[in-house]
Amino acid sequence: MTDLPTSTDKKLGLVIDLDTCVGCHACVISCKGWNTENYGAPLSDQRPYGEEPMGTFLNRVHSYEVTPKGQAAQTVHFPKSCLHCENAPCVTVCPTGASYKRKEDGIVLVNESSCIGCGLCAWACPYGARELDQAEGVMKKCTLCVDRIYNENLPEEDREPACVRTCPAGARHFGDFADPESNVSKLTAERGGMDLMPELGTAPVNKYLPPRPKDTWDDESILAPFLEPVAEETAGFLGWIDKQLSRLPGDTNKMEGAE
Amino acid sequence: MHPAPSVIVFSVLSGIGFGMLAWLGIESTPATGMTAFWWYLVAFGLAVVGLVSSTFHLGHPERALKAFTQWRTSWLSREGVCAVLALCVMGLYAAALIFMGTHIAILGWIGAALSLITVYTTSMIYGQLATIPRWNTPLTTVLFLTFSITGGALISGRISTALVLLVASAFVQVIWWKKGDTAFADRGSDLGTATGLGKRGTVRSMAHPHTSPNYLMREFIHVIGRKHAQKLRVISLVLMAGVPVVLLVLPFNHIFGLLAVLSHLAGVATSRWLFFAEAEHTVGIYYGAR
Ligand code: SF4
Ligand code: SF4
Ligand code: SF4
Repeated sequence: MTDLPTSTDKKLGLVIDLDTCVGCHACVISCKGWNTENYGAPLSDQRPYGEEPMGTFLNRVHSYEVTPKGQAAQTVHFPKSCLHCENAPCVTVCPTGASYKRKEDGIVLVNESSCIGCGLCAWACPYGARELDQAEGVMKKCTLCVDRIYNENLPEEDREPACVRTCPAGARHFGDFADPESNVSKLTAERGGMDLMPELGTAPVNKYLPPRPKDTWDDESILAPFLEPVAEETAGFLGWIDKQLSRLPGDTNKMEGAE
Repeated sequence: MHPAPSVIVFSVLSGIGFGMLAWLGIESTPATGMTAFWWYLVAFGLAVVGLVSSTFHLGHPERALKAFTQWRTSWLSREGVCAVLALCVMGLYAAALIFMGTHIAILGWIGAALSLITVYTTSMIYGQLATIPRWNTPLTTVLFLTFSITGGALISGRISTALVLLVASAFVQVIWWKKGDTAFADRGSDLGTATGLGKRGTVRSMAHPHTSPNYLMREFIHVIGRKHAQKLRVISLVLMAGVPVVLLVLPFNHIFGLLAVLSHLAGVATSRWLFFAEAEHTVGIYYGAR
């Protein structure tokens, strides 16, 4: 049934650090690779080498520019995959029961053998996290790499989502938000983790960490004092050499204040 | 939203078909025998053609039976269940009239109610979607139900009722458009809330994740269709209500009647095309579009 569980035992999800993401799209590729070679229908491409290539991806990276008032613009790379919403509208609209949210860990999945490809769940998702595969005619979405995280055939360090494992910047973190002591809960608390479009009431599990504030032109510089000359007057042997050299003609690079 | 022809045909024809079934179900002195047969053929034809065409846009139509299972949560599933129930009940009612000349009034009323409930469930498939603020209003239900009973009255030859309803549906349509035009802004979602970055400054989409349109952009961002929206609205109103009203007040003749029906169908189809083409989905925000 496409009823949502009233609560889930775990709330597995991702924290995505917008401060750290460098926009390399490595997570996009590792996600496509893992999910094409493993669980479910492969993620197809249409006209990959032709005009207007198109394909199914479960994770995509947008790039935005934020301009704070009176300050320099800042680029923010913005990876987006399913947020495994607690109040997932994509699940309740599904007529076949193909879409469901798991009671044990909160992961939102599609049972591809029941999906009729009506597309309604993609209409109901505010974030564009679901894509109808054009070759298979079934709905594809992030599985939170359910076939990795519990997979005892993989070495322990690989039992996390492919995108998290791949990220060279460490911008993606995987964990259980129901546990206040987990890495993701702590990061969210420390860094002010945000919900996307909270006004729509979807209660996303995944959180986004805002970019840290950048310094501005008017701020006191922390480093400038260290660049002050250590000694104003030259003394000792080096001082004597300096004086002798200054007497010679041809000094183009006169120090400021030197007579 | 991408205006998929199969969905437009479905919702227009089946809406009018079920509206017609509702009118036929509540007749106090219904036709019997062959006359009844022709009426019901038209009504069932419209409703069923609509339902069948709606399966054209499915990725896996062969699994369509599964869509009857989730009626507890899904409006799409409820629509399927109600449509089948309405068609079965009205089928029995019609068979009694056609083959036995018996009028089982209560069956007709139940069938009529189920037909209208089917239209209601159709409207809720769209009306429930918070992602498309233009649709996400009880007015969408009013719009679908009005269109359904208006078309039904017109096709089943209830001239005086149809005249009133034609004017009423034009009225509902204009209110729905007016409210819809500000719905997206009223909801308050923008790139600021979508990225969570709005508090720090103005946010602008700098680069898409991919170089050419993907499924999301093709399905949810349909900017071209909006270019002539105002003109199409006028055309839709004229065809849907204007022309039929004039043809109906003229002295009755069958050619005028037929023309009124065709013009109405074309008007409603134009309106339904705009219903999709003008609808802005929140996904568009992520692409810096609407
Ligand atoms: S992000 Fe979209 S697809 Fe994922 S759970 Fe939320 S509504 Fe559903
Ligand atoms: S596309 Fe598949 S998963 Fe989505 S609502 Fe339709 S049947 Fe359910
Ligand atoms: S968790 Fe897995 S499926 Fe989801 S975005 Fe990451 S790699 Fe893709």
